[in-house]
Amino acid sequence: MTSAAMTTRRRPRHDSVDGGGSLAAYLVAFALVGVCLAPAVYVVLGGFRTNSQIIQSPAGLPDPWEVGNYLSVLTGGLFWQQLANSLVAAVGTTLGVVVLGLMTSYVIARYPFRAKHAMYSLFAAGLMFPITVAITPLYILVRDLGLTNTLAGIIVPQIAFALPTTVIILVPFLRAIPRELEEAAFIDGASRLGFFTRMVVPLSLPGVITVGILAFVASWNSYLLPLFLLNDPALYTLPLGVQAFASQYSVDTARVLAFVSLSMVPALIFFSAFERRIVGGLTGAVKG
Amino acid sequence: MSTPEHVRSDVPAGPPAAGDGTGPVPSPARGPVRAAAARTARRRPVPWRRWLEILLLAGPGTAVFVTFVILPVLMAGYYGFFRWSGYGPPTEFVGLRNYQLILTDTAFLEALWHNAFILVMSLVMQGPVAIGIALLLNRRMRGRSLIRVLIFVPYVLSEVIVAIGFSLMLHTAGAVNDVLDQAGLGALRQDWLADPDVAIWSLMLILVWKYIGFAVILMLAGLQGVPDELREAAAIDGASYWKTQWYITLPLLGPTIRIWAFLSIIGSLQVFDLVYVIWGQYVADTAGTSTMATYMVANGRISGAYGYGSAVAVVIFLISLAVALVYQRYLLRRDTEGALTGGAA
Repeated sequence: MTSAAMTTRRRPRHDSVDGGGSLAAYLVAFALVGVCLAPAVYVVLGGFRTNSQIIQSPAGLPDPWEVGNYLSVLTGGLFWQQLANSLVAAVGTTLGVVVLGLMTSYVIARYPFRAKHAMYSLFAAGLMFPITVAITPLYILVRDLGLTNTLAGIIVPQIAFALPTTVIILVPFLRAIPRELEEAAFIDGASRLGFFTRMVVPLSLPGVITVGILAFVASWNSYLLPLFLLNDPALYTLPLGVQAFASQYSVDTARVLAFVSLSMVPALIFFSAFERRIVGGLTGAVKG
Repeated sequence: MSTPEHVRSDVPAGPPAAGDGTGPVPSPARGPVRAAAARTARRRPVPWRRWLEILLLAGPGTAVFVTFVILPVLMAGYYGFFRWSGYGPPTEFVGLRNYQLILTDTAFLEALWHNAFILVMSLVMQGPVAIGIALLLNRRMRGRSLIRVLIFVPYVLSEVIVAIGFSLMLHTAGAVNDVLDQAGLGALRQDWLADPDVAIWSLMLILVWKYIGFAVILMLAGLQGVPDELREAAAIDGASYWKTQWYITLPLLGPTIRIWAFLSIIGSLQVFDLVYVIWGQYVADTAGTSTMATYMVANGRISGAYGYGSAVAVVIFLISLAVALVYQRYLLRRDTEGALTGGAA
């Protein structure tokens, strides 16, 4: 007990928190990680089995390992096409959100004019309009604009629906840029626009990356909007494609599992690349 | 007085030419003239230019937002008063008929009940567990950042992928029942997806699996905001670990918990993808997992009743709004300037 107290004094930061014994912490962490990963692992392993293996023992391991399912999906073209569609939609959405969101937030954050509070409230109110609520008339609107069965038809609404979060996150960010910096830039002869492009954009990069990632992930996982707007299988994004594949090959479980696990891969790669940003961004967004 | 004047008039002549190219061109000419008038507004460009910039910068974003978010919501309000198949302008005005039908349709009321169930159970099943796990993980341990990444994986996967994976596993001849058999728990076998007594719990299980990682990550982040000094002080004063958590950490975690609960509540009212992919448009009703959103799609778009579908959307929106406002009014207000009320921002 005394030695523990001594260590506490020497390294107070974390040992003081350590009460329940760290073995329990490891056990809980291990169990939690297991529960979180098991279904994904099941899907990936299932893709390496044959249908008869799956029928005989639904929860078994691959024996022998069968790569044919993955190969047929990878060489089929369908997967790559849907991957490309998803990428186009997500990149288009992200770029649009970042550019429009940054410009709009800059005005709200730093231009002195009366309507800006109203503008901020308007965007904040947008948080209350999830795409679910607007989808029926949105479909009509996009159809009347002739944009059904185009990727633009899902990109533009996705930008619109990502803007509220973007503005809410970026405005405080831009507001935090010190006045002195702005004054210095103006004294050096920069215009407000010049200040925007040369100072604000680089300085707000962390916030921009956060909102960009949020928009990318939202677009990547988006299902309802493509479901309403895309009838042409050639334009299907991965979520639609996965579902269509699953219902088309419902008897070929192994191949469905292979397709599903391959479509998890891009999201997982993207996530592991930006993990710090995603987690930090979410928590920042919540605390900010 | 002359000094700032002087500074201002020769400012635009110099470096800004190398600036952005578009902006500064007119200002050298107008600068001195207008500047004299707006002497007090030191840093501000002349008003018309400022308005042009505002329009240029905020115009596109605002236009896209208003057109594709605000307008459809207003359109939903308008279409909701019509019986309309979606082609040509809506003409058959039916007043409040659609709303009357929705609110007396047992299928909708069941869906609403399912949403309420999901809402409450999400809070009850995720909150305490997430807080407990976060408290346990909030210490220096090996592989901490790896753990954080791994428990976040379900949150990153799309609901469609999750739905397909789980529907294969929860199938009567699927992996879950197989595991139960092998573990000698064959008595626990269930028809996880089709049995109306069980299906909603299966849905809850999937939802918890998908979103608990998010809750844990939020709580962990909130815990980082709790100063170590406070816990140290409590420890020095002789408080036990659990007492410290209960009286110090938990109250300070309040804002995080309230925000998480808010996000969870709003999400619960919108559940769609999972249910629609697993149960489809018709089975959800009989399996007892239909939600307001699946009801809207099945009875709006799928049935070609766009007026009715719009009215359902309005009902969902009003319910969400009412819940959000009440929540903000009574719980969130002390944490943040309410986003909805615009706050003092």
